[in-house]
Amino acid sequence: MTTLDLTGLTTRPAQVWGAVRLVPLVRDEPVADLRLRAQLYGGAAGLVQVGPRHGYVSYIPHGFVATWTGDGTPAAAYGTQLSASDDDSAPTAVMGLRIHRRTARRQAGDRLRFLPLHLALEGYLALHFGGPSFAWEEWSQRAIRQGLSPRVEEAYVGAEIREPSDALRVFEIHPGQCGVLVYVADALAAVFVVPHPDDYRTLHPTLLQDLYGELIHHYVTLMPPVQDFRARIPDAHIRSLAHLRTAVAEQEDAWARFHDTTMPTGLLEHTYAWQTVYRMGRFTLSRFLPTFRPKQENHIGEAITDDTGRIAYLKTFRLSENQVRRGHLLSRLAANNWHLADTAVDLGITEAQLGLRLESAGFGHLLRQDVLDGYRKRRQRF
Amino acid sequence: MDSYGDLIAADDVLLFVNAAITSTGQCEFHSDEGEQWLSLDFLHAYMLGNYRDLYAAVLALDINDHNAALVIRHLLETAGEATADQRRSEGRLIACRLATLPPQRVYGLFGALRRAGVNNRRTRAIMRDWLSTRPDLAFDAVKYRSGLKRALRHAHLVPATEELGTFVFAPLTRKHYATPLLETWRRAHYEQAALYELPYTAAEGFAAKHGIPRDVFLERIAPRMTRQETLRLQESAHKRGATAVRADLAGMPLTRLATYVLSLSVEDRLRQRAELTRALESAADRVAGSHRRSWGKVTAVLDDSFSTFGSVHKRRRPLAVALACHYLLAALADDYTGLWTSGRTDALLTRPHGPTPLGRRILDALDIAPSRLVIVSDGWDNAPPGLAAEVLRIWRTRLDPERRTSVVHLNPVYDAADFDVRRLSPTVPTAGIRDAEDLPALVELAQFAEGRTGLAELTTYLDTRAARMTGDHDQERAR
Repeated sequence: MTTLDLTGLTTRPAQVWGAVRLVPLVRDEPVADLRLRAQLYGGAAGLVQVGPRHGYVSYIPHGFVATWTGDGTPAAAYGTQLSASDDDSAPTAVMGLRIHRRTARRQAGDRLRFLPLHLALEGYLALHFGGPSFAWEEWSQRAIRQGLSPRVEEAYVGAEIREPSDALRVFEIHPGQCGVLVYVADALAAVFVVPHPDDYRTLHPTLLQDLYGELIHHYVTLMPPVQDFRARIPDAHIRSLAHLRTAVAEQEDAWARFHDTTMPTGLLEHTYAWQTVYRMGRFTLSRFLPTFRPKQENHIGEAITDDTGRIAYLKTFRLSENQVRRGHLLSRLAANNWHLADTAVDLGITEAQLGLRLESAGFGHLLRQDVLDGYRKRRQRF
Repeated sequence: MDSYGDLIAADDVLLFVNAAITSTGQCEFHSDEGEQWLSLDFLHAYMLGNYRDLYAAVLALDINDHNAALVIRHLLETAGEATADQRRSEGRLIACRLATLPPQRVYGLFGALRRAGVNNRRTRAIMRDWLSTRPDLAFDAVKYRSGLKRALRHAHLVPATEELGTFVFAPLTRKHYATPLLETWRRAHYEQAALYELPYTAAEGFAAKHGIPRDVFLERIAPRMTRQETLRLQESAHKRGATAVRADLAGMPLTRLATYVLSLSVEDRLRQRAELTRALESAADRVAGSHRRSWGKVTAVLDDSFSTFGSVHKRRRPLAVALACHYLLAALADDYTGLWTSGRTDALLTRPHGPTPLGRRILDALDIAPSRLVIVSDGWDNAPPGLAAEVLRIWRTRLDPERRTSVVHLNPVYDAADFDVRRLSPTVPTAGIRDAEDLPALVELAQFAEGRTGLAELTTYLDTRAARMTGDHDQERAR
C-alpha cells in the first residue's frame, strides 16, 4: 500500500481547449533502457484470455510493446529494429474478434506485449471475482458457484468525444515531454507517462483510443470551457528588464507549484493496493487499485517502475461514481467475510438497505430471490 | 474629437481588413473550413450593411484574392442599394482590382455571379471591359475554356472573331482554325506532338487521353509551364526522373520561395543551402527596394511552434510567412537579429515544432534594445499563457513609456471565433499578414490598430490608397 510518486517529472504550462486542460510532464533525464511502442489492432473487439477459464470481451484498439535491456544500455523501441520479424502481426480485415492471450504476454526475451489500461481494468473487474468466500444462506447458488461472473463495466472511447480529439490535435508537445495529465472541466481524467520523449511523440495520438469513464464523458459534453491560468506580473516593483526576467521565472514556478500541490492531489495523495504483473530486468509492470472511497476521486491504473521506484510508464483511469460504489461494496463485503449483517453494521445501515443497495449496484443476482423479495417488502413497510 | 460611433467604425474596418488579409476560407490549425467560412461571411455581410463606402475602399488595400473576389461579388449583388456616386467609385475600384486578380479567380468570380443570378447592366459592362483588356483571348479560350464560355454567355457578349465563337461553343465542328493556338488544340485531339505546344493544364488532359507516361509528359511540357507550376511540380517530376522541370529560384516571389524551402527535407536544404539562401536574400532585396538598410536596429520574434504547421490546406503557411519575414527584415534593417521561439538559430532548417514560449523570447529580444521589434506569430502564446501580454504591458507602461522601441505584431492566421486575428496585448498593435511582401505597408497600417488614430485619418488613408491604385491603373491603360 503505497502512494504514487511522480518524482523526475516536471510540470510545464497547461494548454487549454474547450473544457479540456492538458498539462505536459517533462522528464529531465529520459529512461533510455526501456522503450514502448504501440501495436494497433484496428477497431475490432477483442477477447482476452486472462486465465485458463477466465476471459473477457472488450474494445481493444491497441497494445503496447515494451522493449528493455538488462545492462542499462539504451534500448530501441520495438518496430524501429531492423529485424522485422513480427510474430504478432496486424489482423486481416475480415477478423472481427481477436483473441489476446493474457493482458501481458512475453513476445521475446526482452519484449513484452501488454494491453494498456486493460491490465488495470482487469484488476478492477476481477476484484473479489470469486464471489462469497463463506456460503452464508442469503447468497444465491449462482453466486456461490460462479462468483460475480459475468461482470460488465462501461467506458467511452476518447475518439468518440469531439473535444478531447481536437485538444490532442492542437496540443503542442514540449521538447523532452514524457507525459501528460488530462483534465476535463478540471477533474483529472487520466495520467499518461512513458519512458522516452520519442515514445511520447509516437504514442500521443493513442490517448484518443483510450477508455474514459462516464463522468469524463458527461463533463466534456456538458461543461463550459475552462479558463486559462494566465500569467499575472505585479508591475509596481519592476524597474529594469532583469527584474522583469526574475518575475517571469517566478510566474513559471508559481504555476508548477500550484498545479503540483492542488490539481492532481486526488490521485497522488491516496494509497493504492499494488499487484505485480510482470518483471522485466530492472523494471516491474504492476497495477494498482484504490481503497474505493465513495463520493471522491478514485483512479485505477498500471505502472512500470524501475529498481529505484521511479515511474517509467503510467496510465490511469478515473472510475465513475457507480464503479466506485460497486468497488466499495465488494471490498466491504470481502472485509466482513461476505456476512450481510456484519457488513450492514460496518456501513451503518440495516441489512435490508444493504440488500437493496447491492441490487441497485447491479449485484441483485448474488442474493437469493426470496431474501431479496423479503428486503423489498421490508422497504415498502417502512 | 471623434464620436463614439466613429471609433467603433474605425475598429470594425480594421477588424475586417485583418480578416480579409488573412482568411481564405480554408481550414486552419485551430478551426476548420466551415467555421472560417461562417465567420468570414458574417464579417462581409456586416461591413456591406453598415459601411458600404469603406467596404469598397478596402479593395485598394493588400487584401487577399479570395476576399477581393468576395467583396466584388457582394458589391455587384447589391448594386441596387448604392447611390450613383457610390456606383461610380465602386466601378473604378472593381475594375482596378480585377486587373490585378489572376484570370482563373476572375473567371471563378464570373461563375459565382452567374450562379447567384446577378446580371445587371453594370455587371455585364464590368465583364465586357475586363474581357476587352485580356491580351490574348484565344489563349484564354484554350486554358479557361469553360470559364470564358460562361462569361460570354452570361454577359450576352459576341466573341471578337467568328472563329473564337465557334471554338468556344462548338469546337470540333470546324476542320481548320486560322489562329495557331486554336489549331494546335484541335490537332492535339489526334496528334500527340501537338499537345506539347499547349499550356500545361490543357495539355495534361490530352496527355491522359493519349495515355502518355507521366515522366515523358513532364519532360517535354516543361518549357510550357508557368513559374509556379514549375515550382510546384519540380520535386514530383524529379522523383519520376524528369529532369527538365527546373524552377528558376532567382525570380520567385519571397513567400512562395519560403513555402518551397519548407517543403524540402532537411538533407535537401543542407545540400542546396547556398543556392536557397541566395535566392531568399535576393527575393528579399527585391521586395525591400529603396527601403533597403533603412529601418535601423530591428529585432524579430518569429514563431516556429507546432501550430505554424497550419493545416492540410495551408501547409506550413504561417511558418513560411515567418521565414520570409526573417529574410525581408534582414534586408530592411541595418542591424538585424531574428529569434525563433524554439531557440533555433539556423533559419533555413526551421520546422514546426514544440510549444510557443513567446513571453521569454520577447524578453530576449528587448534585451538587445532594438529600435523596432516585429513579432510574427499566430498569437497562441501558451508557455505559459498570457506571459507575452504581461511582458509587453510592463515594457510599455513601466520600462519604455517614451516609446523608444516601436513594437508591432503581425499575425498570419485568422481566428474564426474572435472575428479577428488573435492579439497579444492591447498595448501592441496587431495586423494580419498574408504575404511577407506586404510587411512595410502593414506596419504602416498597424499604427491605426493602436487605437490612437480615428476614423477621419483612417478614411484619408484608405482614400489615398484608392487614389494611388486607380491612378496606377489609369497610367497602365494609357500605355
